[in-house]
Amino acid sequence: MSRLLLKLLPVAAWLFFTGCAVQKAESSAPQVNSKNSTSSQHTLYQALGGEVGLSAIVDGLLARIATDQRIVHHFQETDIALFRERAIEHFCLVADGGCVYHGENMALSHQGLNITQADFDALVGHLIESMKEQQIPLSTRNALLKRLAPMYSDITYH
Amino acid sequence: MNIAMNTLKLNSLAWNCAKALPCLFLLLGTVPAFAEGSRVVATGGGTTIEGSAGGGIVPWAVINGYGSSDEWSATAMATGVYVDDFTLNVIGASLSFDNRFELSLARQTFDLDTMGGELGQDIFGIKYKLAGELLYTAMPQITLGAQYKRVDDFAIPQAVGARSDWGLDVYIAASKVFFDAVAGRNVLLNGTVRATKANQTGLLGFGTQANNDYQFVLEASAAVLLTDNLALGIEYRQKPNELAFAREDDWQDVFLAWFINKHLSVVTAYANLGSIAGFADQQGWYVSVEGTL
Repeated sequence: MSRLLLKLLPVAAWLFFTGCAVQKAESSAPQVNSKNSTSSQHTLYQALGGEVGLSAIVDGLLARIATDQRIVHHFQETDIALFRERAIEHFCLVADGGCVYHGENMALSHQGLNITQADFDALVGHLIESMKEQQIPLSTRNALLKRLAPMYSDITYH
Repeated sequence: MNIAMNTLKLNSLAWNCAKALPCLFLLLGTVPAFAEGSRVVATGGGTTIEGSAGGGIVPWAVINGYGSSDEWSATAMATGVYVDDFTLNVIGASLSFDNRFELSLARQTFDLDTMGGELGQDIFGIKYKLAGELLYTAMPQITLGAQYKRVDDFAIPQAVGARSDWGLDVYIAASKVFFDAVAGRNVLLNGTVRATKANQTGLLGFGTQANNDYQFVLEASAAVLLTDNLALGIEYRQKPNELAFAREDDWQDVFLAWFINKHLSVVTAYANLGSIAGFADQQGWYVSVEGTL
């Protein structure tokens, strides 16, 4: 048993580090080709179901926000129709869908809102649930979260 | 005989659950501030045999429960470790706030199944998040923790050469989740450095007649989230080897954790605890049930 574990440790470490390295290479490559690859099956955007899929995910997200007393107050003065369009554009851009995002950057658009970690966690939870409702596979969900998670610092506590 | 023994052991886990979980639901009734925490499921990890949030034997940088900023969380757990010649039963509870502070209590009973008799200790833990966010920042989440431990009865630890019936472990842990890291799965890596004088985590007392210095030990865990609710991982815990009467080995385990929802989780593991008090190659199962508010 102990020998098995000792053998497993370096294998696991190798898997994790090469896994991470491969991911970096993959995530930087599509950005170069994003404009040409919108019809390709390989983009995250396509895996999320393209425009139809992303619209459904954002609609599911908005429906969950609307009934969540923890965070709905942040949207009281928000033009929901406009927010919906911007969110779809932004997710599309992030997922290499080649969309033009017409909104402000994450830091500017959340300025003065004092989004807390709890708000951000709640939104992440709703996004995951909405993607699950749309039958988005785990690996695709994780790939999108990987690209959205680093926005935490731009979005919270401003 | 074996089946009867195993049934007895599992009964003790059930009994510990019966003792630990009502404490949690008592909290539910008396503290109105507990809503379901906002953090993503599984990010609270499990609870170690020493009561701190982590894996089974290694404390992680995560804070127990699912409380996010300005939120409270409470947990209660019952754990049994059933190796060849010994049985460890633990009940514990924790309270955390702001995804930053954690207080924990654990009560360990260590049955000397073959020798006869039992050892025990109480562990009071604190943990404070210094920097980083497990899911969101490039920097790992880093926490500083301490565990104050005191044995029930110093007679046996003293007889085998321990210097003190109490000790303080201090550790720093770094944890990070890497999204989409292996086959589309998220991976958690954790490294912990601990300063300790504990012999067999404290069950055999602290320090020795010959040496009262702190030892620095390394502990590590790696887990892959097979689904949103299921984690498969390994842990390694380096241990001091100071008592002259018997060798002490590093510990390791392979675990499967099922985070059923944000209120209930079950962790099972196969653990290799090496040599304990002269009994070589102690291996066996680990089962932990945890409730969270």
